Amino acid sequence: MFYREAGDFNTSYPEDSQTFPIKFDRWRYYAVLFVAIFVIPFLINDYWVNSIFLPFLIYSIAAIGLNILVGYCGQVSLGTGGFMAVGAYACYKLMTSFPDLSMVVHVLLAGGITAGVGVLFGLPSLRIKGFYLAVATLAAQFFLVWLFNRVPWFYNYSASGQISAPERTFLGVNITGSNTDAWATYLFCLFFVILSAYIARNLTRGSVGRKWMAIRDMDIAAEIIGVNPLRAKLTAFAVSSFFVGISGALFFSVYLGAVEVGEAFGITKSFLVLFMIIIGGLGSIFGSFAGAAFLVLLPVALKIIGVDWLGWPTDIVAHLQLVVVGALIIIFLIAEPHGLAQLWRVAKEKLRLWPFPH
Amino acid sequence: MKYKLGTAAVAALMAASPVMADLVFPSLSYRTGPYAAGGIPFADGYADYFSMINARDGGIGGVAARVLECETGYNTEKGVECYESTKGEGALVYQPLSTGITYQLIPKTTADNIPMHTMGYGRTSAANGDVFSHTFNYPANYWNGASGAISYLLNENGGDLKGKKIALVYHNSAYGKEPIRTLEELAAKHGFELSLLPVDHPGQEQKSQWLQIRRDRPDNVIMYGWGVMNQVAIQEAANIRFPMENFIGIWWSGSENDVLPAGAAANGYKALTFHAVGDDFPVFADIQKHVVDAGNAAGAGDQIGTVLYNRGLYAAMLAAEAARTAQGIHGTADITPAMMRDGMEALEITEARMTELGMPNFGPSFNVSCANHGGPGLIGVTQWDAGASEWKLISNFAATDMDVIQPLIDADSGSYATENNIASNCK
Repeated sequence: MFYREAGDFNTSYPEDSQTFPIKFDRWRYYAVLFVAIFVIPFLINDYWVNSIFLPFLIYSIAAIGLNILVGYCGQVSLGTGGFMAVGAYACYKLMTSFPDLSMVVHVLLAGGITAGVGVLFGLPSLRIKGFYLAVATLAAQFFLVWLFNRVPWFYNYSASGQISAPERTFLGVNITGSNTDAWATYLFCLFFVILSAYIARNLTRGSVGRKWMAIRDMDIAAEIIGVNPLRAKLTAFAVSSFFVGISGALFFSVYLGAVEVGEAFGITKSFLVLFMIIIGGLGSIFGSFAGAAFLVLLPVALKIIGVDWLGWPTDIVAHLQLVVVGALIIIFLIAEPHGLAQLWRVAKEKLRLWPFPH
Repeated sequence: MKYKLGTAAVAALMAASPVMADLVFPSLSYRTGPYAAGGIPFADGYADYFSMINARDGGIGGVAARVLECETGYNTEKGVECYESTKGEGALVYQPLSTGITYQLIPKTTADNIPMHTMGYGRTSAANGDVFSHTFNYPANYWNGASGAISYLLNENGGDLKGKKIALVYHNSAYGKEPIRTLEELAAKHGFELSLLPVDHPGQEQKSQWLQIRRDRPDNVIMYGWGVMNQVAIQEAANIRFPMENFIGIWWSGSENDVLPAGAAANGYKALTFHAVGDDFPVFADIQKHVVDAGNAAGAGDQIGTVLYNRGLYAAMLAAEAARTAQGIHGTADITPAMMRDGMEALEITEARMTELGMPNFGPSFNVSCANHGGPGLIGVTQWDAGASEWKLISNFAATDMDVIQPLIDADSGSYATENNIASNCK
């Protein structure tokens, strides 16, 4: 009854093509933004930020990035962990080389550097497709991790090969290092999440995004109607790597604070982000958020239920977690192959017809 | 869905927070994942010791100790979650048993004023308490280990290692890379030739490394491994018939899990240690009586007396003694993490006290001071007897080459201090 286009008259093209065509949806979106920006920062403490919000926000950016490449442009990539590592190490080198610059600049530059590396590893996508491309990006994953482990310049010749984020600020507020406030790190990451989602949404519904989708759906046909595959594929790699690089930089500098490349950015990370977009929904910005939330929150929720409420041994809960997450992934893939985003879409359709479905 | 879970989590935290009348010792354990075989016995030993003193002595200074276990799976992200979820419960001291998690927690624990004890792992230069105010790594660290291995080899070779070839097989991570600089310094000092052979996580694939060892024929191999990497290395060494008595592992490569899979071929393999092995101590009778017979043994209860169980036991003993010291200093039984830190800094372990605790000669006697958080760094050597299926201490705890190690500690901690603008902790 309240979830209707009825009575909401669009009088211009921008209004007609807006992201949330239904008024209720639009207000819900503003409400979420309002709560995220003006309410949550006043309520959260270290536990909430470090265990739930930071991983959720950072993985959301990574999932948006990968979704552009895999979901919109159809180029399968298993190199996400490696590209996140590029972002993290670029951010580290920038932070230590130019200590006076603001953190926002470091993170954006780290994203830019990752975009360059992404384009480089995207070049083979012009010749190889599908599974073979997945293997090529897998090579990028292993090569990049090996590189950061092998060349001491990347970790400033520290004895252990670990990189640790020094204290850096944005507008005089500590963003990295040990003396940070929960609200500051949260808002900093939220800023990048909103920025990424906004850019991604507008890229994907514009001409660039249409070219990507044309390539995804049938590359020969796309080429015939005048889409340049070189440009389309390489821009997809660049934009995707830019977001993934930003998430890697935030992951290292704001969230963990100290990182070891093999452990933090290994192949498991690539799979984790890939699972996020598969569960969330390929080719959907909302799906990226839903998938990230699902895979970040579920283990924490299971742990709280199993260990804190039921008092089970920690190892049984940890094993159970693997079983439950694995089972849910399979169930999702069978029951709803298009992910959580499709569930959301179906729910919206139902809501529009409710309470008179015929 | 997010908000529902949120309220659920808040309710859970509230339900889980008990009255603050006990001493909380969080145990960031890993009973799952690729390194579980090492994590389980350590966590069992840590938990059993506190159960034992609760039952035998009524806690520490009359206050019961509570072990708060949180599963990390050796994963740094879960480590952060564990740290954040346990620190609010009055956690007195963290022992993450992972070098990666240690690096992350060093600044966090300092900011939150909670001490951390990384016994025989973590950041070696944390031994400099002047810079690392809240991190302790007594009684021995990785660089002591590297030097201890070389000292032992010097002894065996009549004090001369000139022209010898020594290979380091190491876990290609922060942990495995720690000894390289020390070994390079020692190689320059004693004139031996050092070759480095990294093994990537998790370490199941080591064919090429051992092929190279077979070709280069080093006189000795030193190993810094953990988890499945150890078993594979020992098996590969046996396959190329490398003499086991020339093969020395760090203390994380010297447990029953590592040698048993290779069977009789592992006979003679050596490992460094900083505490005693075996279960020939009065404390084990107390554990049997108060913990096992009472049905309170942690885990499956089948690890008692293994090397890593003893290490967990030793870590728990040092933590309990530090808590007792802190109670003495501050004159209150209900200590805070800040008081615990003072207790750790003033910790004094004497032979008499260890005997009193039923652990005579279990480890070296030592003092901790503000400047030295690393203890004396005394290293012993154990050897595996495959016939009897037990580790034997073959070289007693001996001093290591601090002339080489101390400048390295000063340099590394100094650069950390300048990078992070840390003022001197010891006035």
